[in-house]
Amino acid sequence: MADSSPETQLETPPAAMLETPLAALHRELGGRMVPFAGYSMPVQYPAGIMAEHLHCRAAASLFDVSHMGQAELVGEGAAAALERVTPADVQALKPGRQKYGLLTTDDGGILDDFMVANLSERLFLVVNASRKHVDLPRIESALPAGVTLKPLPDRALIALQGPGAVAAIATLAPGIAELPFMGVGAFNIAGVAALVSRSGYTGEDGVEVSVQAEQAEGFARALLALPGVQPAGLGARDSLRLEAGLCLYGNDIDETTSPVEAALTWTIGKRRRMAGDFPGAARVAQELADGAKRLRVGIRPEGRQPARGHTPIHAPGGAAIGEITSGGFGPSLNAPVAMGYVAREHAADGTSLDLMVRGKALPAVVAPTPFVPHRYAR
Amino acid sequence: MSEPKFTKDHEWVRLEGGIATIGITDHAQNALGDVVFVDLPEIGREVTAGEAIAVVESVKAASDVYAPIAGKIVEVNGVLADNPGTINSAPTTDGWFFRIEAADVAEVAALMDEGAYAAFVDTL
Repeated sequence: MADSSPETQLETPPAAMLETPLAALHRELGGRMVPFAGYSMPVQYPAGIMAEHLHCRAAASLFDVSHMGQAELVGEGAAAALERVTPADVQALKPGRQKYGLLTTDDGGILDDFMVANLSERLFLVVNASRKHVDLPRIESALPAGVTLKPLPDRALIALQGPGAVAAIATLAPGIAELPFMGVGAFNIAGVAALVSRSGYTGEDGVEVSVQAEQAEGFARALLALPGVQPAGLGARDSLRLEAGLCLYGNDIDETTSPVEAALTWTIGKRRRMAGDFPGAARVAQELADGAKRLRVGIRPEGRQPARGHTPIHAPGGAAIGEITSGGFGPSLNAPVAMGYVAREHAADGTSLDLMVRGKALPAVVAPTPFVPHRYAR
Repeated sequence: MSEPKFTKDHEWVRLEGGIATIGITDHAQNALGDVVFVDLPEIGREVTAGEAIAVVESVKAASDVYAPIAGKIVEVNGVLADNPGTINSAPTTDGWFFRIEAADVAEVAALMDEGAYAAFVDTL
């Protein structure tokens, strides 16, 4: 038996693999540690990916996402400054609210996806671990005098996700239950000063909580002690986000894909689209006018066989029309799920496709996402 | 039934009357995680030792399974199509993959015994 999947081919660990503040806790919990974006991270715990995934959909799961980049942007005109590198309408973001956006390249590719929260006197940013070394200099380069970007490497980020997540954490800080979806607030949780946003990457209700690194382990232990809370690793995080139809940077979006191709046009503020005042605006305008040549779509393979990333997509019995960018097995659907890019004329829901898995055509159809309905608080 | 033999690709082989039953080891199923799909070879196919002839897919990864010996596929485990999780719950019994009519039973004898395999796993 040998691993033939690109997603899990482990590179030789670099000498200096980074660890999150929860590394000791992961080992204590039996986490199977793998290299991810330069960090040693738990891909799963003894329960396994399937059980961890299903537990999150049924109760509440704790994920360590401390590898992600956190930063704050301070100063008069911070929102306008950030708009120089993103098509998101940051200036319209109200205090106590968060939104999802894209950083774009000058030629209209996606530099990263990120979250930005308005904390009144500052903006709070969360970017991908694998991209923070690119994002932060890019943002920095766009700042006028008086606006400063402050990386927050000494903060941990812990996600508690699932239908029971908010009820569980609200036993420690009742105000969290009042947060709307994409609402943000500061709370004292089990004696720890925490920045809480009602958001996540699973399609379930839940929160992401930023705390000081030195308090992270005690905080995580307090959450794990709550009824119904179990730890979940990166494996379950990936299958949950895939079922929820959410993009993974580096798989589904990158510097070659545009916001329009990625079906993320909704992240571009209307005012921004009209003004065309963001990097890559020309490509976005052209693709909105003429249609993108390819589009990101959801894909449901027939049967039980998964189609992994980089699987070629053909028209039935015909020519190559695209490629899978994320694919695996959806435990909640008990069926394989995937997403990928196809030529626009093959992008309508219900269109038949052939996925070329190990040289054989696996029939599939274009399907709407999310595959599993989102259950965000509204 | 003879004592099982093992390969460095984490397959077990049990020879009985010239027919070798093959599956993956407990170490392998544990490393792979929850199995969701198995692609098995066609009955009657002639295989050579070391040839990738089956694929086992977990939630996260796809892995090849190799023919540990040369011969002809005479049976595959039909239970796995509907219950691939049997590979996790009973890897060395009900979770077997396929049976090969050995071209040369001496090939089986040349594989690792249980102790040698355990020592090999310890080096990983």
